[in-house]
Amino acid sequence: MSLLTGLGAGGAVTAAPTRRPPSRAYWWLLLPGLVYLALFFVVPVGALLGTSLYVPVPGGDVGQYQPAFAVGNYADALAQFWPQLVRSFVFAFLATVVTLVVGYPVAYAIAVRARGRPVLQGLLLVLVVAPFFTSFILRTIAWRQILADDGFVVASLQWLHLLPEGARLTATPFAVVCGLAYNFLPFMILPIYASLERLDPRLVEAGADLYASPMTTFRTVTFPLSLPGVVGGTLLVFIPASGDYVNSSLLGNNTNTAMIGQVVDARFFRLLDYPTAASLSVVLMLAILLLVAAYVRRAGTEELL
Amino acid sequence: MSVAQGAALQVERVTKAFGGFTAVDDLDLEVPSGSFFALLGPSGCGKTTTLRMVAGLEQPTAGSITIGGRDVTGTRAHQRPVNTVFQSYALFPHLTVGENVAFGLRRRRERDVDRRVAEALELVELGHVADRRPAQLSGGQQQRVALARAVVNRPALLLLDEPLGALDLKLRRQMQLELKRIQDEVGLTFVHVTHDQEEAMTMADTVAVMNHGRIEQLGAPADLYELPRTAFVANFLGQSNLAPGTVVEGPDGHGLLGVDVGGSRVRLPAARAVAAAGRVLVGVRPEKVRILVPGQEPGPGENVLGPGVVTDVSFAGVSTQYRVELTGVGTFGVFAQNLLGGATVAHGAVVRLAWSAQHTFGLSGDEDVAAGAADLDGEP
Repeated sequence: MSLLTGLGAGGAVTAAPTRRPPSRAYWWLLLPGLVYLALFFVVPVGALLGTSLYVPVPGGDVGQYQPAFAVGNYADALAQFWPQLVRSFVFAFLATVVTLVVGYPVAYAIAVRARGRPVLQGLLLVLVVAPFFTSFILRTIAWRQILADDGFVVASLQWLHLLPEGARLTATPFAVVCGLAYNFLPFMILPIYASLERLDPRLVEAGADLYASPMTTFRTVTFPLSLPGVVGGTLLVFIPASGDYVNSSLLGNNTNTAMIGQVVDARFFRLLDYPTAASLSVVLMLAILLLVAAYVRRAGTEELL
Repeated sequence: MSVAQGAALQVERVTKAFGGFTAVDDLDLEVPSGSFFALLGPSGCGKTTTLRMVAGLEQPTAGSITIGGRDVTGTRAHQRPVNTVFQSYALFPHLTVGENVAFGLRRRRERDVDRRVAEALELVELGHVADRRPAQLSGGQQQRVALARAVVNRPALLLLDEPLGALDLKLRRQMQLELKRIQDEVGLTFVHVTHDQEEAMTMADTVAVMNHGRIEQLGAPADLYELPRTAFVANFLGQSNLAPGTVVEGPDGHGLLGVDVGGSRVRLPAARAVAAAGRVLVGVRPEKVRILVPGQEPGPGENVLGPGVVTDVSFAGVSTQYRVELTGVGTFGVFAQNLLGGATVAHGAVVRLAWSAQHTFGLSGDEDVAAGAADLDGEP
């Protein structure tokens, strides 16, 4: 997990070791990875960019396109689908907040409270990743049952008068955000766990020794030192959640819950509208890149080592 | 936090058990205000546990702890007017040096934080690194930051948990003097935990030697050194020559007991003996002993043992250390000042040993001659 938690810690103070010219073996070991990335990332991204500028073949069938330089595709796609794009980021943001609020205490319990009891820690970590043993789709469909109109969640909420009579949870934005948060929760817990696990408990003692109450010590010592994990976790949740289409398809209602991934899916596979799907994909990619860069930069310069 | 500065510490009948293991056993301790107090003992003797209980990082199983007249037993670390310099320094890596030092002041919402932080850093001669991160400092500098971070709060008690343990020998000696200077300057009560007997003796006004969760002996370094009361103290604080013997004559007109040691008669001041009858251990420090080569005679009032064979001669610069095998008594060490150059007695020579009867001390005969003589290099 150290790799994941390192994601946000760009400015770490490390003494640069004396540099030696990389040996030949170094390049040979790197080669498979480079070839793989070139074939399965660089080439497809190029193809995607190309496709996003295609135009329909005049008089051709549905799904027939020819190479062009139709920059207007982007304007059209954005004009038509900006609500879904914005919604994707709002849902992803909400899911990130929910996973952080739910996941941080879990990570804290495993890393700090269960410190020194490796069996318990191992067991809890297995429980965190246990949902991965079942199919992603199945688990998401299971949420339909959980949130169903005649399910216990709706009944309990209505009994508590937290939900008005006749209101429902399935096919609502609430259900989609719940699904996103549920599916990505382990990606928040694990990096935070790794950060907290490495936290020197003597620093917490030093905080107490310097008149900081447990809450203040958490605020001024523990939490800032776990920020690399928080940044790593939020990225691991926010990025895939922004592009997710499974949760919005299975738990949403296709009107006020559609996310951009769902649109891309529909355009690509059902309407065979490749240029729009491709340009939306490119826009999504760039938007995530910009958001993440701004976020890492802020987190990296202010609080992190 | 209204405790007077430099207030004393009282530890009364404190016991700390971890499961079945008793780390601190019915400990009583009193630290006078403004003193530099050292808790000395081997690892696992309970000294760090004692310190942690004073800091509030552990709670005693039984007994009470009073700081500056206020019973703090049961209160938590952040509620006590105590600061600790941790062995690992425990500097906050995400804060600058200046923010580290300001941490305690900010928690107590004190005024003049910037000025006081600058003063504290000046005190440890690190004013120029206030804006750096701890990771950018050397071990010695980090240690001084940790000290500044504690001193700046003017705690009623400043606890030092082997603060010099991670430094190399030369830096360590330098920091010992530095710490002593700072303590003089700020006038706080320092309680220093260490396993380094030399460190304890150079720095502290009062040393408490701990072993197995109890205090073996407490006093000024010179008193402990000159008159140890247990074999553990005799061996742990410096080195000692201990030989089993039996008291055969009561005190004479000069208050001297006569002790039979391996067939020789040794005189021991009754006032310097733990036991005045029966089996005893007769002790003398190696630097008090001189070697008599054939033809040399002891002076009046000197004890003599031997003859024995010199089995080892090691030159240590200021002194030469001899090992002399005495038949029926054991091996004695002798430290001879190199006043006239190097060794004067060769390996294999047959010699006698002499020392003033007034430097002899007596311990209980039930004690283990080797107690506390463990190899100090094995300590963490």
